[in-house]
Amino acid sequence: MTVIAPTMTQAVDCVDLSYQFATHLAVDHVNLSIAPGEMYGLLGPNGAGKTTTIRMITTLLIPATGSVSVFGINAAVHPMRVRRVIGYVPQALSADANLTGVENVELFARLFDVPRRSRKARVAEALEAMGLTEAANRLAGTYSGGMVRRLELAQSLISAPRLLVLDEPTVGLDPIARGVVWEYITKLRAEHDMTVLMTTHYMDEADAYCDRISLMHRGKIRVTGSPASLRAGLGEDATLDDVFRHYTGDTLDEAQEEGGIRDVRRARRTARRLG
Amino acid sequence: MTYAAPGAPPVGSVNPGLAAETARLINRIGTLCWVEMRKIRHDRTELYTRAIQPALWLLIYGEVFTRVHAIPTPAGIPYLAYLAPGIMAQSALFIAIFYGIQIIWERDAGVLTKLMVTPTPRSALITGKAFASSVRSLIQGVVVIIIAALLGVSFTDNPLRLIAALAILALGSAFFSCLSMTLAGVVVARDRLMGIGQAITMPLFFSSSALYPTKIMPGWLQVISRINPLTYEVEALRGLLIGTQTTLWLDVVVLVGATVLAITCAALLLPRLANR
Repeated sequence: MTVIAPTMTQAVDCVDLSYQFATHLAVDHVNLSIAPGEMYGLLGPNGAGKTTTIRMITTLLIPATGSVSVFGINAAVHPMRVRRVIGYVPQALSADANLTGVENVELFARLFDVPRRSRKARVAEALEAMGLTEAANRLAGTYSGGMVRRLELAQSLISAPRLLVLDEPTVGLDPIARGVVWEYITKLRAEHDMTVLMTTHYMDEADAYCDRISLMHRGKIRVTGSPASLRAGLGEDATLDDVFRHYTGDTLDEAQEEGGIRDVRRARRTARRLG
Repeated sequence: MTYAAPGAPPVGSVNPGLAAETARLINRIGTLCWVEMRKIRHDRTELYTRAIQPALWLLIYGEVFTRVHAIPTPAGIPYLAYLAPGIMAQSALFIAIFYGIQIIWERDAGVLTKLMVTPTPRSALITGKAFASSVRSLIQGVVVIIIAALLGVSFTDNPLRLIAALAILALGSAFFSCLSMTLAGVVVARDRLMGIGQAITMPLFFSSSALYPTKIMPGWLQVISRINPLTYEVEALRGLLIGTQTTLWLDVVVLVGATVLAITCAALLLPRLANR
């Protein structure tokens, strides 16, 4: 099986990572590592390259240069093995509205080869952990935005992932639903000793929940550190918003590959569906 | 240190042999067909509305052309019986050719990327989706058989032939849905795929032997008919259901070959679709 070096294998290790869309270098020689058990946030304006980086880590894109390993497994060489240790919740609301909560989770149980005899129990367990037992047999189309997010967390939980990847987990949610979703993410992390990699636009969330964050801008990581140390670096009363502004400047890119109209439209669509 | 997610198959998944790969492929096809069946159970309206068109073809077009004896059929076979397998294939084609729209929708909704981060090879994902589209086609096929039977068409009474015919229908449907998913990977936008789907269904239908035998077509159309997989699907269905002359092995080889080719193309284009 997987041979992992006994000393400090990083949960995620990106070395010299780049990705190019046609003429636009979306990710520009990024180095990034996440320690096991860490809650790590990737922040940056639209078009910074966050989603592209996540897509390389989750084996959806093959890097143009550099390499990604997840718990010591090289993503380009062994994508199937990497996928077995990853739970992924994309930015868009990805639960199937035409299936019930149970069916949505069972689909992923089957795709992750959870044996038939333990499948039912594990599906029920995942739904219960996300507080969805009562709604389990309703179509996901009748769920509220926050419930859909929890359903997606239940889906990603079913394979007992070691790394949970969340792309804008609370985009479009109202403050109460955001709070509830974070409550569940925190609980999951405590119970399962999971490493979490997430992107967000909400600085307050990053400040409250991340052990460490990286600010990404124009494909490069500008700064990495704990929210507190980054704030302290700018002065006494600095907020994470100030940190964000300091490192990205006010000159946000116009209509680049990732931050272009398609991206914004996608986020709006998600927000609309979340109601 | 080693780790295996509870429920993950042990060593086999690390270096899967052919048997493990095949088992996984069958599992994924089964899983995606299961999803399709659950969806049909939750919403049956499409089954009813989709039954209207083949019913009209058989009831109106079929009855009229049976009366005028305009189209030569093999000896002793009424035109309605000759037509029924063609309509079966056609109605399955109409479902499958728009299947790519669903995969674009799934891309927009984030479902596709999530499926692609499960331990499912791209080709297994496409194959699974292709046969999931066959689930609807098979139901459609059974509906056509029932309507035709009510109109007095007598199909084979050999259950094995009936099953083989449904297998051919599933295979044909898998091919056309992969063709649709391939086009989805090329055009990547729903409305464009809708237009292309509408533009190619009728030419595929009219250039096949669904309505009339190839031999009464003008020469140039005969050539097109011979390279149209729908012709082979129709001929196989006819051979199995009403006992017309056909080279069944050739029909099967063409359909299997076309399906494998289409699965390969669609799987190669899948990352392009997913990462837009």
